[in-house]
Amino acid sequence: MNSVLQQAFGEGSIKLSQECLSWRESFEVAGAGLVESKRTLSSYTQEMIQAFEELGPYMVIAPGIALAHGRPSESVLETGLSLVTLKTPVEFGSSSNDPVSLVIGLAAVDHDSHIDLMAALSELLMSQESVNLLLNATNESDVRSYLS
Amino acid sequence: MKILSVCGMGIGTSVLLKMNAEKVLEAMGVEAEVIAADITKAKRDGEGADIILTTPELVVLLEGMPGKIVPIDHVFDLTEIRQKLTTALL
Repeated sequence: MNSVLQQAFGEGSIKLSQECLSWRESFEVAGAGLVESKRTLSSYTQEMIQAFEELGPYMVIAPGIALAHGRPSESVLETGLSLVTLKTPVEFGSSSNDPVSLVIGLAAVDHDSHIDLMAALSELLMSQESVNLLLNATNESDVRSYLS
Repeated sequence: MKILSVCGMGIGTSVLLKMNAEKVLEAMGVEAEVIAADITKAKRDGEGADIILTTPELVVLLEGMPGKIVPIDHVFDLTEIRQKLTTALL
């Protein structure tokens, strides 16, 4: 799709066909993807979980899609994304968009330097065809070639 | 016209809502400034806002703010955003 997205998904950030039983487990996997790709410290995973506990399932932004994120903080080393597809869709408690099959982890160093990235992400997730492709991908290289 | 797009953290949903609302407003030919904000910033800088775009779960936290609160279920659905903005602008 484009280089902004390629760059945002660092090595280790893509986790496919995960078995998660709860929103919390899926956030842990999305957080691990950000840690492994060296975009965040593990404390950021806890910050994402805390944000969801405080504000609830508003992070389920479209049917089947959750955007796991916290605030810009000292736990963020570099802006980046992670991607988790769930083998079995999980109920997050969203009134209109449950169950969730795709979790995108997002870490940003500040409030506005990641705008181009969000535009690219929006373009990607706006297409149901793209989303289906991501959901059906069985290996990382398929996802990478699709993002390029 | 001043529009706020509001989410919990101010980096995810609000940014997506802002971008997609701008696309829709341009297509509708409406001149508006759309500002992405977290809840705290929205309450601080929300003065004079005509419309507040947010997600359904956060509406309760924004009640009492000036402007019409417009909850969007699906932030990538330009048709939904257009319909709801059109109603809010009437």
